[in-house]
Amino acid sequence: MGFAFNLMTIIAVSAGAFFFLAGTVGLLRFPDTLTRLHALTKADNLGLGLVVLGLLPQVGSLRDGLKLMGVWLLVLLAGATVSQLIARAARREGPGE
Amino acid sequence: MNVGTAFEIALAVLVLGLGVWTIAARETSAAVVGFVGYGLLIALVWVRLDAVDVALTEAAIGGGLSGVLMLGAAARLRTTEAQAAAERPGPFTRLSAALLSAMVAGALAGAVLFLPDPPPTLAPAAAENAAATGLGNPVTNVLMAFRAMDTLLEKVVLLLALVGVWSLAPDRFFGGRPGSRHQADPRGALAFVARLLPPIGIVVGAYVFWVSADYPGGAFQGGTILAAMWLLVIMAGLADAPPICRRWLRLVLIAGPAIFLLVGLGGLWLGDAFLAYPPAYAKPIILAIEVAMMLTIAATLGLLMAGAPERSAQP
Repeated sequence: MGFAFNLMTIIAVSAGAFFFLAGTVGLLRFPDTLTRLHALTKADNLGLGLVVLGLLPQVGSLRDGLKLMGVWLLVLLAGATVSQLIARAARREGPGE
Repeated sequence: MNVGTAFEIALAVLVLGLGVWTIAARETSAAVVGFVGYGLLIALVWVRLDAVDVALTEAAIGGGLSGVLMLGAAARLRTTEAQAAAERPGPFTRLSAALLSAMVAGALAGAVLFLPDPPPTLAPAAAENAAATGLGNPVTNVLMAFRAMDTLLEKVVLLLALVGVWSLAPDRFFGGRPGSRHQADPRGALAFVARLLPPIGIVVGAYVFWVSADYPGGAFQGGTILAAMWLLVIMAGLADAPPICRRWLRLVLIAGPAIFLLVGLGGLWLGDAFLAYPPAYAKPIILAIEVAMMLTIAATLGLLMAGAPERSAQP
């Protein structure tokens, strides 16, 4: 059982790290604000979700697991809101960098 | 070299690089964003040093609060930025500033590198007397009992800072509402979060304060979270900032230091010294001071962010 849990952790956290990497590459390479935001928020939300999923088998108690889930949900909320606000500000200032 | 060391080296390089970038950045707002990232990385450094209490404070104050304050300042200075950039200081001034910075950095590095081994520490003494207060977190013990005087004065400094900000108000608006009225789409994303997040944030803020008896946390960190929730509601236009002449606001602002001072004087009168707590009631007294302090910190930080009064008390 321990082996299966460790395997799940390794796979999920690695996948999460890959999404963080992909999001960062997107942030650096995409041409304008909206696509850069898209890369960042989608990849980070998914990346953090996978990291949290991978850490869940390693937590000592139900409470710690719920806290991890809470962190992920709060980051989802903050990420979605902030990207909305930045996108709106970017649209108001017009196209460009 | 194990994974931990490699991570620490990468972190140190990143902190130094971001520090240099923050100084070299041409635009004020870019420099502020660099500084916020720098504060968050420094918080990670404190976590690596096992100083989670300090890390929480650094993330809340160094990264979050100072960052927002400086972003506000940068937005206000935007109209004069080009003019200020045109008046670059002469080579002599810049050379002196560079020399002074290098000397300070060198002195700090020297102080750290030439510490006696083992370095002088009061940690064993603090750990030995931990049972005296009934609190399990040694940092809270030091802040609230062993060095309570420093914490008391720190809160007074915060109040003085707020008085400084208020004194920038034009005479006709003194006592009025700080900052400009925030307008946001009542059905937009910001208003949605400002309705959804504060209940969660208030619970988290109270939790961070409550666990500080035994685990990392504290009134300052909790108060910062409460202040952030308050500001979120103000920025989304759901509630207006209160006029600074309100009696209840002034009472909240002095509640922390006042109760601290009363307890201190009580120690002088009933006990052995200023700020001496009777051992049997040490924990409830400390908690009472901390509750008042958390509210004071939340109100003070929120009003520091809101800025000097710019409107009359009537909406």
